[in-house]
Amino acid sequence: MDMEHREATDGVLSPSDEAKLIDALRAGDGDAYAQLVRRYGGRLLAVTRRLLREEEDARDAVQEAFLSAFKAIDRFEGQARLSTWLHRIAVNAALMKLRSKRRRPETSIEELLPGFIEDGHMADPPQRWREGADTLLARRETREWVRGRIDELPDSHRTVLLLRDIEELDTTKVAELLDLSPGAVKTRLHRARQALRELLDRDLRGKQA
Amino acid sequence: MISCRDFVDFLMRYLDRELPAEERADFEQHIADCPPCHVYLAQYEDTVRLEKQICPDPEGELSEEVPEELVAAILAARQRSVRGS
Repeated sequence: MDMEHREATDGVLSPSDEAKLIDALRAGDGDAYAQLVRRYGGRLLAVTRRLLREEEDARDAVQEAFLSAFKAIDRFEGQARLSTWLHRIAVNAALMKLRSKRRRPETSIEELLPGFIEDGHMADPPQRWREGADTLLARRETREWVRGRIDELPDSHRTVLLLRDIEELDTTKVAELLDLSPGAVKTRLHRARQALRELLDRDLRGKQA
Repeated sequence: MISCRDFVDFLMRYLDRELPAEERADFEQHIADCPPCHVYLAQYEDTVRLEKQICPDPEGELSEEVPEELVAAILAARQRSVRGS
């Protein structure tokens, strides 16, 4: 589902109510600022929590995102919906926070990619999972499990996977945000998905053993 | 004919329908002939479905409450910046 479609279904303000809110923000109406934070804060916090591992960092990023948005409200042109605009600002704030954090030691992505023997066949051919995505998705704990495994990916690849697959930003936008070429974004996304498959496979194989 | 290594390398382009017709046909032949790559493809697709569901439905996310202390901190920071400007 793309962002525009997502907005059509998520119960955000109607365009006219949104325009009124923006006018009130531009007029410096304190209640309008409180309304903006209460209305969109939860969603922005969900975004920054996905990108940042620590709750404190996620909250800091939301605060920084709102302060940036307040400063830029006069320049908001209304071409995007307010929620899309705020989402992008929150992603930016979270990425800045991520860059400022000292990198923790992380697994090399290479270790999580499939190996091949000389003739091009897989060194360790995959075994069919006993349960498919549908069955796994029906379980409440699946979300936490997958989330935990995504967090194990190296940051350089985890960020691309989150921005493309979860935040649903397009390749060009992600390339711009991360200062990468579009080709590099695609390569990292593919490798991140392969690595995640490997991490999920290790768990699922363990259960089936 | 493509190898399993080629299959894995070009898997995302295949799923994104970016492969030219001839390469796509080779790719599909490989899926039919190679059970491990068939399994790998299914698991790759399952992985993408699973990771995409970590985002709860947008309506749920929109109604997710923002902690009141965070609201207060943001509004207080705004007041400070308004006073400082």
